[in-house]
Amino acid sequence: MKATVHIMLKNGVLDPQGEAVRHALGALGFEGVNGVRQGKIIELDLDEGATEADVTAMCEKLLANTVIESYSVEVG
Amino acid sequence: MHAAVVVFPGSNCDRDLAVAFQAVGAKVTMVWHKDSTLPGDVDIVGIPGGFSFGDYLRCGAIAANSPICRSVADHAERGGYVLGVCNGFQVLTETGLLPGVLLRNAQLKYICQTVGLKVETSQSVFTEGYNAGDVIDIPIAHHDGNYFADEATIAQLQDEDRIAFSYMDNPNGARADIAGILSENRRVLGMMPHPERAADAAHGGTDGQALFRALAGALVTA
Repeated sequence: MKATVHIMLKNGVLDPQGEAVRHALGALGFEGVNGVRQGKIIELDLDEGATEADVTAMCEKLLANTVIESYSVEVG
Repeated sequence: MHAAVVVFPGSNCDRDLAVAFQAVGAKVTMVWHKDSTLPGDVDIVGIPGGFSFGDYLRCGAIAANSPICRSVADHAERGGYVLGVCNGFQVLTETGLLPGVLLRNAQLKYICQTVGLKVETSQSVFTEGYNAGDVIDIPIAHHDGNYFADEATIAQLQDEDRIAFSYMDNPNGARADIAGILSENRRVLGMMPHPERAADAAHGGTDGQALFRALAGALVTA
């Protein structure tokens, strides 16, 4: 079974990479881009029977740093 | 003083840190990340700079979950001393031994230069060789040294006199100009600048020597 974890910086945490992308888009002539936030997606291939709680534990222990990042889990 | 220096795949300041400990008379044992125990009589653990595990996922995140880091946490919880430099600081925040996190530098650039650091407190075995307010020159070399913690944590660090070093001219966007912080029991220090790279006249600067000398002095008699 598959699980997908989306990880984003929390609101209020400066995202210099997102800002750099926003500036680059502006330089290319794309107008009206008011903000860019960059995150990551992690796809997991798991044994059958794994639960969302298992993936949440993985997020808490390793995949996300909850000081600065929030995450969401999709199973299946 | 018996120092253990942890070596991860991708560590590149491990030998520099070992040399700095040896220069003040310490016995040094190098410890591999897959080892699950530290030598029994270790006084201080050094977590060196570098790019452990290629900085994959987040700087220090995979190293923080390696077998040896469980023992380092136990050592710290028993009141043992730990010094984390650069990537070592990142590892210590990822283990939770120090609060906050090191983000990408605000200007997105890797910075390698000698910077002025203000010694914020002399109240620790790491900093008692300096006077609070001293300005020392120590090299930095990092891409992710932008210290971040929420405002309550920053206020707590300030109130408890746990900011060890701050930048005179903030190079990376760190909150409150923070370059290094102490744990609650003041026995764990994490810092982005490299005192082991300013510990010998041949380095071009010796302002980091006082940190290692103070440690040796304190831990010999401990």
